[in-house]
Amino acid sequence: MLKRTPLFVTHVGMGARMVEFGGWEMPVQYSGIINEHMAVRQGAGLFDISHMGRFMVRGPQAEAFLQYVASCNVAAITLGQANYGLLCQPDGGIVDDIFIYHLLDEYLVVVNASNRDKDWAWLTQHSAGFDVELEDRSERWAMLALQGPAAEQLLCQAEDSTTHDLAHLPFHGVALTTVFGQTALIARTGYTGEDGFELFFAAGAAPEMWQRLLALGDVKPCGLGARDSLRFEPCLALYGHEISATINPYEARLGWVVKLDKGDFVGREALAAIKQAGPTRRLTGFELVGKGIARGDYAVHSVEGEPVGVVTTGMPSPTLGKPLGIALVPTALSSEGSAFDVIIRDRPVRARAVKMPFYKPRYKK
Amino acid sequence: MSISIPGDLRYSTSDEWVRTEGEEVVIGITDYAQDALGDVVYIELPAVGTVLTPGESFGVIESVKASSDLYAPVGGEVVAVNSDLEGDQEPINQDPYGAGWLLRIRPSGEEEQLMDATAYAAYCEERAH
Repeated sequence: MLKRTPLFVTHVGMGARMVEFGGWEMPVQYSGIINEHMAVRQGAGLFDISHMGRFMVRGPQAEAFLQYVASCNVAAITLGQANYGLLCQPDGGIVDDIFIYHLLDEYLVVVNASNRDKDWAWLTQHSAGFDVELEDRSERWAMLALQGPAAEQLLCQAEDSTTHDLAHLPFHGVALTTVFGQTALIARTGYTGEDGFELFFAAGAAPEMWQRLLALGDVKPCGLGARDSLRFEPCLALYGHEISATINPYEARLGWVVKLDKGDFVGREALAAIKQAGPTRRLTGFELVGKGIARGDYAVHSVEGEPVGVVTTGMPSPTLGKPLGIALVPTALSSEGSAFDVIIRDRPVRARAVKMPFYKPRYKK
Repeated sequence: MSISIPGDLRYSTSDEWVRTEGEEVVIGITDYAQDALGDVVYIELPAVGTVLTPGESFGVIESVKASSDLYAPVGGEVVAVNSDLEGDQEPINQDPYGAGWLLRIRPSGEEEQLMDATAYAAYCEERAH
């Protein structure tokens, strides 16, 4: 039985096309992926991301515990701020990528939908010996993302809300507010490469919140299809594609999220060794010189025909108007201008490594 | 969601339609197929003169999200391809049975098992659940 968010009935009622994603029945598109994608790049789009996991961590050693399981420097996340981090295995492989929000007396950890159970078990297991309390808030809270350059102005105008001074909420800032009379956490975070917000509030309020956010103005309801294409252009990692249990942060070009000098944490020793030796393979962006569209899992061959890697994500970029991809290849082939072949329908198609990101994020900083 | 299924066409299980026009047949993808695929952004079609056998993959059609093979519902020689689609694939979504046609074929007489509109409608309905 597939799991559903508190907005399932709303999505179906509004004519969204539903698909299975990571055990969830979710909208893949409303008006069309390109239409929704461009709405977020140019105006505003609304996403139901209630399928993601939301865990609370509190207690005297909450910071010390998160510092021990996450790769980023949790001590540097000040009250009212959030940051990106990784949960790593002892061998340096990635358990998940997460967002840590520093709230009053507690931390909110947001994890990928497909990893919810695994992450909960991982965190619970590693909490032994720490004076912390973990609480799974995933079912009690819904989570929406209002993303796009118009998001701030639209939210500022919301009635029965304390969002009028959102302009002062910094990048990755999080605050307790009232939105349409409903208590909500609002954070300047997202997964689109645009300015925007993520809202956390009581699950029961989700249908009304969804409708009222859409009614703010020109806000397009969006599905997971646009969420994927929007995160792909600024090259934001997706678990199971750019990162996984068998891909380490240095291979994924996420070395900046690994703070080796912050003290001991799970995976630190292995990660230090990997950094010292230099990764043997790395993610690279690429464009196709030949015709076709590369997709995730397509094989990458050297120009001599040897299998050397794999496409992690590939699609036609709606903003740039051409097919692009990200591939995991030997480090030597990961520098800009390197040539390799992507096997598209049994045929090698020449590709050229290009700089990432394809689209420079337009965060409000 | 209402899907258009013209009564005068025949349909394959891989969602291509076939229209007989004199000695030749025109083929394309159905409204159901274009709707499932979403905005088409790329299409690869065979050259004129290519001889297709029924069921053979003759090209590929791609949207942002997905890539889908095209299969020949009938065998025969390709006598024309819709070259208008090279630069602009929108007709496939907007007018799949008209301006979005793909190939014109001189049939060899061999063909896949094809459905009439009623059977195809039932086939689409079945997959909607």
